[in-house]
Amino acid sequence: MNRFQSWGRYPKAEQEVHTMRWKGDLLPESGDKSILPFGLGRSYGDSCLNDGESLVETSGLNRFIAFDESKGSIQCEAGVTLDEILKLIVPKGWFLPTTPGTKFITVGGAIANDIHGKNHHVSGSFGCHVKGFELLRSDGSRTRCTSRSNTDLFKATIGGLGLTGLITWAEFRLKKIDNAWIESESIKFTGIGEFLELSEESNKDWEYTVSWIDCVARGKSFGRGIFMRGNHSPASVLSRKVHGDPKLGAPFDCPNMMLNSLSIKSFNTLYYGKQKAKHTKSRTHYDSFFYPLDSINGWNRIYGNRGFFQYQCVVPFAGGKLTMENILGKITASKLGSFLAVIKTFGDKKSPGMLSFPQPGITLALDFPNRGESTKNLFEELDVLVNAASGSVYPAKDACMSAEFFQKSYPQWHEFSKFVDPKFSSSFWRRVTTEK
Amino acid sequence: MKTILIIGAYSSIAEETAKLYAAQGNRLVLWGRNLDRLKSIQMNLEVLGAEGVSCFEIDLDDCAKHGPLLQKTVTKVGSLDIALIAHGVLPDQQIVEGDYDAMVESLHTNFMSYASLLTVLAGYLEKQKGGTIAAITSVAADRGRKSNYVYGAAKAGASAFTDGLRGRLASSGVHVVNIKPGMVDTPMTAHLKKGFLFASPSLVAAGIVKAVQKNKSTVYVPGYWRLIMFVVCSIPEFIFKKTNF
Repeated sequence: MNRFQSWGRYPKAEQEVHTMRWKGDLLPESGDKSILPFGLGRSYGDSCLNDGESLVETSGLNRFIAFDESKGSIQCEAGVTLDEILKLIVPKGWFLPTTPGTKFITVGGAIANDIHGKNHHVSGSFGCHVKGFELLRSDGSRTRCTSRSNTDLFKATIGGLGLTGLITWAEFRLKKIDNAWIESESIKFTGIGEFLELSEESNKDWEYTVSWIDCVARGKSFGRGIFMRGNHSPASVLSRKVHGDPKLGAPFDCPNMMLNSLSIKSFNTLYYGKQKAKHTKSRTHYDSFFYPLDSINGWNRIYGNRGFFQYQCVVPFAGGKLTMENILGKITASKLGSFLAVIKTFGDKKSPGMLSFPQPGITLALDFPNRGESTKNLFEELDVLVNAASGSVYPAKDACMSAEFFQKSYPQWHEFSKFVDPKFSSSFWRRVTTEK
Repeated sequence: MKTILIIGAYSSIAEETAKLYAAQGNRLVLWGRNLDRLKSIQMNLEVLGAEGVSCFEIDLDDCAKHGPLLQKTVTKVGSLDIALIAHGVLPDQQIVEGDYDAMVESLHTNFMSYASLLTVLAGYLEKQKGGTIAAITSVAADRGRKSNYVYGAAKAGASAFTDGLRGRLASSGVHVVNIKPGMVDTPMTAHLKKGFLFASPSLVAAGIVKAVQKNKSTVYVPGYWRLIMFVVCSIPEFIFKKTNF
């Protein structure tokens, strides 16, 4: 199977692949072709693809450089994964400053997409914790970027989608923990209004919040979901056991029609019904709290060879409830959504990243099996709603948004483009910067 | 804590093996051609838990340097418990069939330098009366094949040398392990199309650590290669010579 595709396996792309194993090496010679760094390919759409051009895979840049166990900071090459970092730091009482829903991403990818997690309302995005990195550009220059030196390049590279040059190594701050466990609670809710109330009530005392929302239920059950919140357990008697490796895998592509509206509806109903009580409490290992899907290797293959999309948008709090209700209404009416729908509020901690996605407001993310035009038409309608609310769509997930919408929702793109390395490009970047 | 010498330290298999030894809190000595690269590995091993790492720059094709560098190494670190010989090149068969010099050069790297290192290490460990030498040969050593007999021949030589040395050193309490990896997904095989038989360097590394710990004589990593090579070696020559293996 071709490893050099995006997580949604759409669009398909062909590219020459170069490898880089040593941080002191020059960028590989790619002739006339533009290049794009490629980590573990967990971006969903085309931001990690460079169709017809070339990629530089960074998985060989997988070495630690320094780990300050007393102050909690780590320096490593760009291809080191969060998985490898957790195995090193958890036993020493440290954790990632923020983490997405998978640990199988590289540090370079975390910076390039300025990833966010369940603690965004407290800690902001990954870029808020980056102390510095080295950027290797196609002119052979190596620039050490921090919040104090080469600031422009620092800001452009955080959330810069790998376009400003290749990050060879990076250093970032960690978070102190006592053990590997999370004290968590799950609360059922009905409607965006109740979700927002729960978020507001929880944001102060709970470090991690996220909700699953039913994207199929209509009528009285519209907007029902489960609000989850958690804190690192303070109990010092608990272990610092690290996670294991995935045991299950999707060994082949499932038939494209396996995920149909009936199976998805059943899943949503069962998931909501699984929790009987309105409010439950439990103690969970960090691996199952943050990374439930990592236990199945290659779960993206259940969507079949046609692939799938993830749509993630954010809209500001002002008018956000109504917009989210309209968005969710359109999705439920379309019957095109899948079972993995997530809703969360972002906080106001600002990332240094110039092109970063998170802004204060409500974010919704969900998967859609690729049903061709009908799915794309739905996204166009959703984009109109997001646009009208002055929101934006997350480039790391996107395969469809128009150049016009991107440029309107990321007005800083023009400023950003000055920092794009002339030799670097991506399928995404060509799509959103050229008018058809 | 053991002191482990890794020769050809920036081959992927060697580096992964060094990581496993580092995580156990051992002391490591790295030999390789490029000091900058060795330093990158050194920092990684130290973060992973190695109890000290020393690096020595050497062109392993220069066999005359093997003895003096071993002397220098031992002077610095005291004694050696395990030595892993892991360097090598996979020549393009097409090229070495037509280019005499390239053929000799690849034999030199894959066989002569192994023989030299094994001899030098044997002399040292024999006097020390203990320790383990692990040499990475290949499943390609088991039968000469049309598609890569130059590589296979050198590995067959290294393999026979390793096995013979085991007998010589048995009475001195020195153990010699012959490691035969199958196809491994490394930069050496980057140009080959990867089938399901390709193993990751980290899997092979785990096999090496286990084989050394258990004092194995010859191991195939992953283990199913023993069966595959048994079958390959059982095919009668009059059929085998017509295949493109």
